[in-house]
Amino acid sequence: MKAEPEVNLELAKELGLTEEEFEKIIEFLGRVPNYTELGMYSVMWSEHCSYKNSIAMLKTLPRSGGPLLVSAGEENAGLVDIGDGWAVAFKIESHNHPSAIEPYQGAATGVGGILRDIFTMGARPIAILDSLRFGDINDDHVKYLVKGVVRGIGDYGNCFGVPTVGGETFFDRSYNANPLVNAMAIGLVRHNRTASATAKGAGNPVLIVGAATGRDGIHGATFASEEISEASEEKRPSVQVGDPFTEKLLMEATLEIIKEDLIVSIQDMGAAGITCSTTEMSAHGDSGMEIDLDLVPKREKGMTAYEILLSESQERMLVVVKKGCEKRVKEIFEKWDLPAVIIGHVTNDGFVIIRYEGEEKAVVPAKSLVLGGGAPVYHRESRRPAYLDETRKFNPDTVPVPPDMQDVFLALWESPNIAGKQWVFEQYDTSVRTNTVLYPGGDAAVVRVKETKKALAMSTDCNSRYVYLNPRIGAMIAVAEAARNVVCAGAKPLAITNCLNFGNPYKPEIFYQFKEAVLGIGEACRAFGTPVTGGNVSFYNENPTGAVYPTPVIGMVGLIDNPECIVPTGFQHEGDAIILLGRNREDLSASEYLAQVHGIVAGDAPYFDIEEELKLQAMTLDAIQTGLVCSAHDVSDGGLLVALAECCILNAAPIAAVVTIIDKMRRDALYFGESQSRIILSVHPPMVDELIRLAKMRGVPAAVIGTVGGSVLEINSDIAMPLDSISKAYSLSLPRLLK
Amino acid sequence: MKFGIVVFPGSNCDHDAYHVAKHIAGQEAVFLWHKTTDLEGVDAIILPGGFSYGDYLRAGAIARFSPIMKEIVRFAKAGGPVLGICNGFQILLESGLLPGALLRNESLNFVCKYVHIRVENTDSIFTRSLSRGQILRIPIAHGEGNYYADEETIRELEGNNLVVFRYSTDAGEVTRACNPNGSVNNIAGITHPTLNVLGMMPHPERCAEDILGSSDGLGIFQSLIRWYRSSAANAAKEEQCLET
Repeated sequence: MKAEPEVNLELAKELGLTEEEFEKIIEFLGRVPNYTELGMYSVMWSEHCSYKNSIAMLKTLPRSGGPLLVSAGEENAGLVDIGDGWAVAFKIESHNHPSAIEPYQGAATGVGGILRDIFTMGARPIAILDSLRFGDINDDHVKYLVKGVVRGIGDYGNCFGVPTVGGETFFDRSYNANPLVNAMAIGLVRHNRTASATAKGAGNPVLIVGAATGRDGIHGATFASEEISEASEEKRPSVQVGDPFTEKLLMEATLEIIKEDLIVSIQDMGAAGITCSTTEMSAHGDSGMEIDLDLVPKREKGMTAYEILLSESQERMLVVVKKGCEKRVKEIFEKWDLPAVIIGHVTNDGFVIIRYEGEEKAVVPAKSLVLGGGAPVYHRESRRPAYLDETRKFNPDTVPVPPDMQDVFLALWESPNIAGKQWVFEQYDTSVRTNTVLYPGGDAAVVRVKETKKALAMSTDCNSRYVYLNPRIGAMIAVAEAARNVVCAGAKPLAITNCLNFGNPYKPEIFYQFKEAVLGIGEACRAFGTPVTGGNVSFYNENPTGAVYPTPVIGMVGLIDNPECIVPTGFQHEGDAIILLGRNREDLSASEYLAQVHGIVAGDAPYFDIEEELKLQAMTLDAIQTGLVCSAHDVSDGGLLVALAECCILNAAPIAAVVTIIDKMRRDALYFGESQSRIILSVHPPMVDELIRLAKMRGVPAAVIGTVGGSVLEINSDIAMPLDSISKAYSLSLPRLLK
Repeated sequence: MKFGIVVFPGSNCDHDAYHVAKHIAGQEAVFLWHKTTDLEGVDAIILPGGFSYGDYLRAGAIARFSPIMKEIVRFAKAGGPVLGICNGFQILLESGLLPGALLRNESLNFVCKYVHIRVENTDSIFTRSLSRGQILRIPIAHGEGNYYADEETIRELEGNNLVVFRYSTDAGEVTRACNPNGSVNNIAGITHPTLNVLGMMPHPERCAEDILGSSDGLGIFQSLIRWYRSSAANAAKEEQCLET
């Protein structure tokens, strides 16, 4: 066997540790770590596992209270009460770096990882959403990434058997070579059937269950904590390989052992594999573990302790079983044709001790490795980026108003960020489990909960151009839009999960974006009463030309008490009145229109007032719950005209409308500006008066702007387009661009 | 009536079929584990959708070797109704209960969406409550649903009216544009000359309630129940059940 490398500062640096961190390890151990131990610290103290540069800011978020049963960070995913003895667990996670190098497996294992986080809690996954960002769609490499990522997500979720019901797909040059792949999963669990990730009870056996351990994904967590460069291609072996069939079996077996109350705790193995699960479970329970790596089922011969401990092979779990229940646990795994092997036991001395081939390979205090214990916490320097001064100088008067609004509308309508995403979501199974009520494409997806006669609305949102131009307000808008989307479906916003995708936090300008965005999320979440259940931070999203747009993706879940009050996005009936809630403002800032048509990314974030937004959402929800509303759709990317056209075609049977909007402002701002807090409703004519009365009473501007019907969308004298050509342009654009 | 829903390790539409049989159609329903050989006296078998064994080789190719499949073939040959949906259809083909094969979709992509199918055969025991030419709005979700058979087999299927469903427009026209996967003659489902085996790619169990956007799939379950009740012996059995 090859001799192990000598441990010194140089090696520590190679593994991504700093000098200060290396000294700290020596201090914890009272000696220089051996090679295996150094590897364990290097992954556990990587940004990905330790959140060392983000945790101080994350702690400012509202992370408990309200409907939360488990506070953020306590378990694998947050738990939110939905009444009747049921709770939902949900979380969003990034798999950006692996997807940049190996899009198919990177995206697939991203879905696999987030599903494990959910069923480890004892919850059966009921829905997946995917928030995706790619570079310039005209770039061949970007097309390759899009196709690989979408197929990877589809193949994993489809086989596993959970519907993928929503998400976003956004294209911008800043994501060239560094796509963002964020996957969110939601699961359902009875209050008293949740599982913990805390190891307790000296002598309880520790089992590894699921797939065998191989050499894939070694140092995946470390790789995710670096910028992407030309050398990243060599990191392909750091990307894990997914097997959704095994994951499906693992879920069924896991849910059975939790249901039969056979276990003390369970944790999935994602980043940092056995290292992370043994140390985190021990540290949470103030206990330790003795582990014998000889007993771990392996896929290949000759693996070293270092490799076994750092492997990120997928579809594995670490389980602490109640003493005496080992036999029954094994029987259940055998039924599902999966191995379940005792590899050690829980101790009470706080040390994780690893043995292999007759040697003690590692003796480390569990707490010294983990977040909240010995892992470093840094307060990084933050500096307002100079570009903000430039972008704020933007003067809309320098932008000419185009003569033909229909041409502008069509250009936007066919642009990749606005055009229909059927090419993406038709590759996902959206209807398995027979709960999907509202499908992808609209504001929020809605999944009914058979067990409670209720339903859940869910949405992921972030307009990263807004965040780039104003990190604080942009992040607040992301929360507001996510809430607005679930409100439009008839749901009360419950809680959020977030996936914070940023560049290198050691650059003060990047850290400024991060800090401001987290403050914005916190402020908005407090205002909406939606605590943060947990989430994920992904730094180092950079390529050789710079960082991606700051992209704090918000995953929102809302509750619908009465499924009869679910409201779709698109118009429903001929003759219904169209009502615009909220006020149009002359504001071109940060719009898709400026970016696509004029090639300008400038200005501030669009107009946003949180009080106005709260009033709008509360009033809309009331109107929906009292049965006044036939459809609801918010005005977001692309502005008013895009939203109106979407209302016409986002339904089973498209239907047009005749709209008159009277306003003196410049027409491109009226039609394509993205000022916030606006919703388009359709309402039965006899209900119009009551709705307007309600709006007035609640201080929300409301105006009847048209009537649903016919086969030509007419807006003032500027737009007259047959429904058929609107539909075709919308659905055919993306497949054409991706060819 | 008692439905048996077969559970392969990678089945993922098993709960959906069970839900419709039990809670929507109001019948008895049991899960049958693939390693068993006891069909528990069920009156009809459903082979549900999913990825029976991960389907890394070819959809349904391994499932046919499951212990339960021998019993199901025997059950079908004795006239018992067997409904294969999606992956279940693939397993029916692999096990020889129906002819032909399902290739990768022409687009080479998985496709999931609502489509329309036209009812072509109302003699099968799964379609007797439907009417000929009726259009059903129903979801599909598959990567390998491109029905293919050699010319002679197609001639036989068409000549003997064994094609049960065809992809069509909402108005019932059978066009190339509305064929979602490249199937020969837009075939979406076929039956056996004995009319007691149906294989179909679309998912009737996913559209049996209005809240899900369509309840057109319920007719297939209702047809089975009607067939069951029409048999005098079964009716007597049911009455006896009610009395006790």
